[in-house]
Amino acid sequence: MDMSDITQFLDYALIAMLLAVGFAIVRLRNLFAVVMLTGVYSLLSAAWFVSLDAVDVAFTEAAVGAGISTVLMLGAMLLTARESEPAGAKRHWAALSVVVAAGAALIFAIPDMPVYGDPDSPANAYIGMEYMERTPEEIAVPNVVTAVLASYRGYDTMGETVVIFTAALGVMLLLGFGTGRREEDEDDDAPKTETKS
Amino acid sequence: MNQHLILRVVSKLLIPMIVVFGFYVQFHGDFGPGGGFQAGVILAVAVILYALIFGVEAARKAVPPAAVRIGAALGVLIYSGVGVVTLFAGGTGEAANFLDYNALIADQSHHAGQHYGIMFVELGVLCTVTSVMLAIFYAFAGRVPDIPDEEW
Repeated sequence: MDMSDITQFLDYALIAMLLAVGFAIVRLRNLFAVVMLTGVYSLLSAAWFVSLDAVDVAFTEAAVGAGISTVLMLGAMLLTARESEPAGAKRHWAALSVVVAAGAALIFAIPDMPVYGDPDSPANAYIGMEYMERTPEEIAVPNVVTAVLASYRGYDTMGETVVIFTAALGVMLLLGFGTGRREEDEDDDAPKTETKS
Repeated sequence: MNQHLILRVVSKLLIPMIVVFGFYVQFHGDFGPGGGFQAGVILAVAVILYALIFGVEAARKAVPPAAVRIGAALGVLIYSGVGVVTLFAGGTGEAANFLDYNALIADQSHHAGQHYGIMFVELGVLCTVTSVMLAIFYAFAGRVPDIPDEEW
């Protein structure tokens, strides 16, 4: 292992923190803490993506994962209970077998993966390099990610936009438009700790 | 939330900066990291922060749910509309494909068509993402009672 590259230790530290947060999420029963820790998890992975030079992905992860989804998860949590029920021992064994099988498959696949930073890896060769070479001549925007996203793969991005639109459509059909009066009577699970302010 | 003076003052200072940063991310997306998706989320976060601090009713007055519903569809319409316009714009002198931005501007020397095309489709993405995030937030907030003060 090459010890001259200092940033690899930053990566190890971030991955270790991700692991710790992941275990904490599994162990905790307080859903409020779990929602906050998923936000922490997103922020840590965003920091890791920055370290891997994937700033566009990191930006999206920080904004969507740590920002919006934390708020939406809090909103969803307010509709349900604050504590999760402990799972039974039978479900532990079923989950453990699934996790062990998936982990074994992943470890089995490691030798097929390219080495980190390999310039000849499939992601860096073929079409990726072609985009890098042709963007200055054909699109002339400095950020190649934007050129690929909005121009070369304009169809895909349009599909993504429609997917996001469909997500809102689904939520509005299920939960309503959010314009009606609040149905306080229905919220039996909601906390009764409201105080006069 | 009436007695949380610090939260109210700080968020009043922060919200305009969040909005400006969102537009910076939108229009600087050609040069640095960012683009319509990220900018849309940041703009939505500004409104959601306003709703959390000043109440959902105040946010509904500032950004009406009806406008949000229209915006979600309008963004998709802008994006696919650019595609339809490129079909009929004859900038390249020959029949262009759907979303072939070169057709937008006849002068091919500076890639102006590409720049305009990317700008308009990113505006469409911004419109849809901001509206959808707010629509989902309103849908949840419409069913959830306000967060009681003890939980802050």
